[in-house]
Amino acid sequence: MAEKEEVKLLGIWASPFSRRIEMALKLKGIPYDYVEEILEHKSPLLLALNPIHKKVPVLVHNGKTILESQVLLQYIDETWKQNPILPEDPYERSKARFLAKLVDEQIITAGFVSMARADEKGREALAEQTRELIMNLEKELVGKDFFGGKSVGFLDLVAGSMIPFCLERGWEGMGLKVITEEKFPEYSRWVKNLEKVEAVKDCIPPREKHVEHMNYMGERIRSA
Amino acid sequence: MADEVILLDLWASMFGMRTRIALAEKKVKYEYREEDLENKSSLLLEMNPVHKKIPVLIHNGKSVCESLIQVEYIDETWPGDNSLLPSDPYQRAHARFWGDFIDKKVNVTARRIWATKGEEQEASNELIEILKTLEAELGDKHYFGGETFGYVDIALIGFYSWFGVYDKFGNISIESECSKLIAWAKRCMQRESVAKALPETEKVTTFISQCLGLE
Repeated sequence: MAEKEEVKLLGIWASPFSRRIEMALKLKGIPYDYVEEILEHKSPLLLALNPIHKKVPVLVHNGKTILESQVLLQYIDETWKQNPILPEDPYERSKARFLAKLVDEQIITAGFVSMARADEKGREALAEQTRELIMNLEKELVGKDFFGGKSVGFLDLVAGSMIPFCLERGWEGMGLKVITEEKFPEYSRWVKNLEKVEAVKDCIPPREKHVEHMNYMGERIRSA
Repeated sequence: MADEVILLDLWASMFGMRTRIALAEKKVKYEYREEDLENKSSLLLEMNPVHKKIPVLIHNGKSVCESLIQVEYIDETWPGDNSLLPSDPYQRAHARFWGDFIDKKVNVTARRIWATKGEEQEASNELIEILKTLEAELGDKHYFGGETFGYVDIALIGFYSWFGVYDKFGNISIESECSKLIAWAKRCMQRESVAKALPETEKVTTFISQCLGLE
């Protein structure tokens, strides 16, 4: 029997990057200690553990530090084998990684960072760009409950934490309707499926507070 | 059934070089096709509709895009006895972290040296800082992975063929600022997979100078 493992997660309640790690740990049934960081007052511990990027999430596992959310998800999957989240097949894995990269790079940029800086007309154009990008995910969901098939997987955690449970709150704050059920029936169905999964549901930031926070993040981007 | 492997690439792409090196390390036979970015082939547009970029790896008709994703795919598909990633999860996470760092920082900064007017000074100072961070991570190791050539080495080495461009347009000398990194690069160049994948620095520098209308 293994001695008690040290699993400590440094995160921020509103960060999709740290929320997806919480989801993964809960999915695998791994007990962990959680340290809430404050964006504007990062703890000395966080700065010591992640001197290069100074960001959450940071996982400390038996004294070892692991950084970067997508790297972390793969670490968790390789370390705790129950309820696997990455597909077994190398081609399916490559597709999941490709779309996850799309979410964390192009979709967040068009879907929030650039939008925050743009005027109304610019935002409409970016909303259209974002829809085109999300259409790649829509196509991937046809005939599936989740990206992972019958159960939640790597891409569900990345896209779920980012789009319905983060960017949508940003769009609400900006008064933008980016995704409609008519244009994105698969996505809409997938979100409802996600909300039924306890490990995911428990890690969704509270909506009203989150919309407020996303407005604040928008202001931060504009004044940077 | 024999594997059909095609790589759509551009000779000067430091990203394409990663995939070429990984395929060579694994001794995978493939067909190399040079793309013309001004006139992209219909195959490229079909196989990478999202980004329309090279490199694109096509294995038995299915496409894998993004160079580091290709490197992992190659490692998983042709396991053999020379893994490109370590087997220990923590070491793998460490390697992926540095691959991600290289992807986020190096090209974005380095491009500004030659592709953006007026930013050469700032961008080249930033690039030196980034390379020094990588040098510190390398430490006294033979390769980034220790004794074994692997993922992080593959992620970074292609940029070595572009150091001449950064030196020339940034008015710097990467060799004098990061001598340990240059020593590492030369060790990598001893490997056949790397020597065959990387173009000569002078060829890249001439190419960029021509693109900028300076030669």
